[in-house]
Amino acid sequence: MCDCQNAYAELDAIILRHKDEPGGLMPVMQEAQNAYGALTMDIQQRIADGMGTTLSEVYGVATFYAQFALEKKGKHVISVCMGTACYVKGAQAVLDKLAEYLEIPVGSTTSDGQFTLQATRCLGACGLAPVMTVNDEVFGRVTPDQVAGILDKFQD
Amino acid sequence: MEYYRSHVLVCGGTGCTSSGSATLLKLLDEKLAEYGLEKEVKPIRTGCFGLCEAGPVVIVYPEGTFYSRVTPRDIDEIVSEHLLKGRVVKRLLHHAKQAETAVDLSLDEMPFYKHQTRVALRNCGVISPENIDEYLAFDGYKALEKCLLHMTPQEVTATVIASGLRGRGGGGFPTGIKWQLASKSESPVKYIICNADEGDPGAFMDRSVLEGDPHSVLEAMTIAGYAIGAHEGYIYVRAEYPIAVKRLEIAIEQAKGYGLLGENILESGFSFDIHIRLGAGAFVCGEETALMVSIEGRRGEPHPKPPFPAVKGLFDMPSNINNVETLANIPPIINKGPEWFRSMGTEKSPGTKVFALGGKINNTGLVEVPMGTPLRTVIYDIGGGIPGGKQFKAVQTGGPSGGCIPAELLDVPIEYDSLTAIGSMMGSGGMIVMDEDNCMVDIARFFLDFTVDESCGKCTPCRIGTKRMLEILDRIVSGKGEEGDIEKLEKLAETIKATALCGLGQTAPNPVLSTLRFFRHEYEAHIRDKKCPAHHCRALLEYVIGPDCRGCTACMKACPVGAITGEPKVVHHINPDKCIRCGACQTKCRFGAISRQ
Repeated sequence: MCDCQNAYAELDAIILRHKDEPGGLMPVMQEAQNAYGALTMDIQQRIADGMGTTLSEVYGVATFYAQFALEKKGKHVISVCMGTACYVKGAQAVLDKLAEYLEIPVGSTTSDGQFTLQATRCLGACGLAPVMTVNDEVFGRVTPDQVAGILDKFQD
Repeated sequence: MEYYRSHVLVCGGTGCTSSGSATLLKLLDEKLAEYGLEKEVKPIRTGCFGLCEAGPVVIVYPEGTFYSRVTPRDIDEIVSEHLLKGRVVKRLLHHAKQAETAVDLSLDEMPFYKHQTRVALRNCGVISPENIDEYLAFDGYKALEKCLLHMTPQEVTATVIASGLRGRGGGGFPTGIKWQLASKSESPVKYIICNADEGDPGAFMDRSVLEGDPHSVLEAMTIAGYAIGAHEGYIYVRAEYPIAVKRLEIAIEQAKGYGLLGENILESGFSFDIHIRLGAGAFVCGEETALMVSIEGRRGEPHPKPPFPAVKGLFDMPSNINNVETLANIPPIINKGPEWFRSMGTEKSPGTKVFALGGKINNTGLVEVPMGTPLRTVIYDIGGGIPGGKQFKAVQTGGPSGGCIPAELLDVPIEYDSLTAIGSMMGSGGMIVMDEDNCMVDIARFFLDFTVDESCGKCTPCRIGTKRMLEILDRIVSGKGEEGDIEKLEKLAETIKATALCGLGQTAPNPVLSTLRFFRHEYEAHIRDKKCPAHHCRALLEYVIGPDCRGCTACMKACPVGAITGEPKVVHHINPDKCIRCGACQTKCRFGAISRQ
């Protein structure tokens, strides 16, 4: 038996758990993304087959919601909150500085696969504005000149 | 029951968790053990206290001492001084940091809390959200018991109608009437949905209720289920709120364990179950018809009403959908009666409303005030005014659907109808304060950028109309505005408002219309004079070195394009043709000699 069977064992278990649940498609996609890091075409096809629906249906859902990623993200994901409170307190300058420092446009990953830079919706930590997160760690009251120091911690 | 002489409440809301409150709690446990106080003092992780600006917040009871911005280094002192020797650590008192007086003010006396009336937030920061016993001790599930054992479904609905409670999610539709409509639909299967897809940027009241008092939402959903004849409920919550999701899961588990959720609740014969569904990052899913489609596992596109959800909703069954804060008001209304609820707020908007105060304001955080309170009270008395001696310019309410309210309208009472009358709206309760440095055209552009990004694309006015508006605004802020642009914006705005399919599209032009109404001169300055009055828009400003320059050459070295010239100890000069307006020189100048003009 080839490896592909094993590779999808977890996905098949996820599908089995939600198959008969009304509206189970999104929970499957969410759990699959957590398990595999992204919803690649192969994974979407397998979800479609397993859930008894079409690839176009799954792809439609995957591309509608911002949180579904079709490609794998970098090792560390940097998110800059672009909620109103953060924006009026200078989040754009922080985001610009990050893009300049990493030399990548917002929404992309560095060529070494270390960092993905993204703008995100309100994180609800408005008291700490402007806010950025690296993976699950939150940094509040960030200024553009702190950016390099914060990223140094995560650089391998 | 175990008895403790002292309780230490550590805020476990998102703001304070982000500022490191979990570490504090761990250290506190260690230090209490080290000093042998673990049997006398109990640390409790609560929900949000509201004053996120001061986080992490630690309160010691029974004294009610309020410590703010506590760091791990301070924990030893709090334990050894306050908890062991009974001496308050003055330097950590919130007021010692804020004002010259190091007075030990209790919660109720602090200006931030003095003007507030906490109904929806009644338990936030008071109880541990992960322990059902604490909720029960604060009248928890008493309302459910009253409804199931002593009231008919019709009486429950009548009570909610009589209270005059209106939807706190933004629309302001009377909640009781909604319940009545759903109860009249004949169907063996009906659903209760809790809208916890709090998408408005800058609003986090629902998150705080879910994180600080999840049982109140479960209790209210069960009551709503009883009132309309539903046996199943869904909570649709943003995936960006992991703490809220976790506490909801714990709460559901605990409520089931106590027989307060599930089969045959309190042996009344009534059964109700609740499922959690995570959103996946689509603002439009806050719209009720889109939200229901999303629970069904499809693209969250809205559809026209009628049919209303009360007739044909989730899985084509009659459904009732309420927002988190609305639901949090239900148990006290049942317990204390509609007259009590009507004694707060105004005739047409009874009760209280929670606001998330943010932006350029001293006390950022969550605030709950009676409806009808003037904006000025919220911003100056509770919020503590604008930091840095800056001038107030506007307050934005209602998120991407709302508008900007200028200084001359600060005495307007906050209620649904008065805010709509001045071109803004209540919305879910985000309140972002802006000062003289914020450009109103840029703020309008910011919101339009948000709407364009979040438009689902189903209807043309929203998909294409908002895009055209954004293009015009982009042009204006980059100094390429033309005569006639304002008129074009107005025409587009009116058309979109009249023709878009759902609430998102119909209200999308509001930020532009309200800034045009109150700050038209800023638009005109951008277009005609090619100037940004707030000195914010990069393309329209110039960096200028003033006479305070000491000629230290720091700016010259910082400039990436060599636009600065000058001799040491002589006032320098910036060549505007070379300058790329990056602001590096201004950050480097130690004498405050460089200004934006």
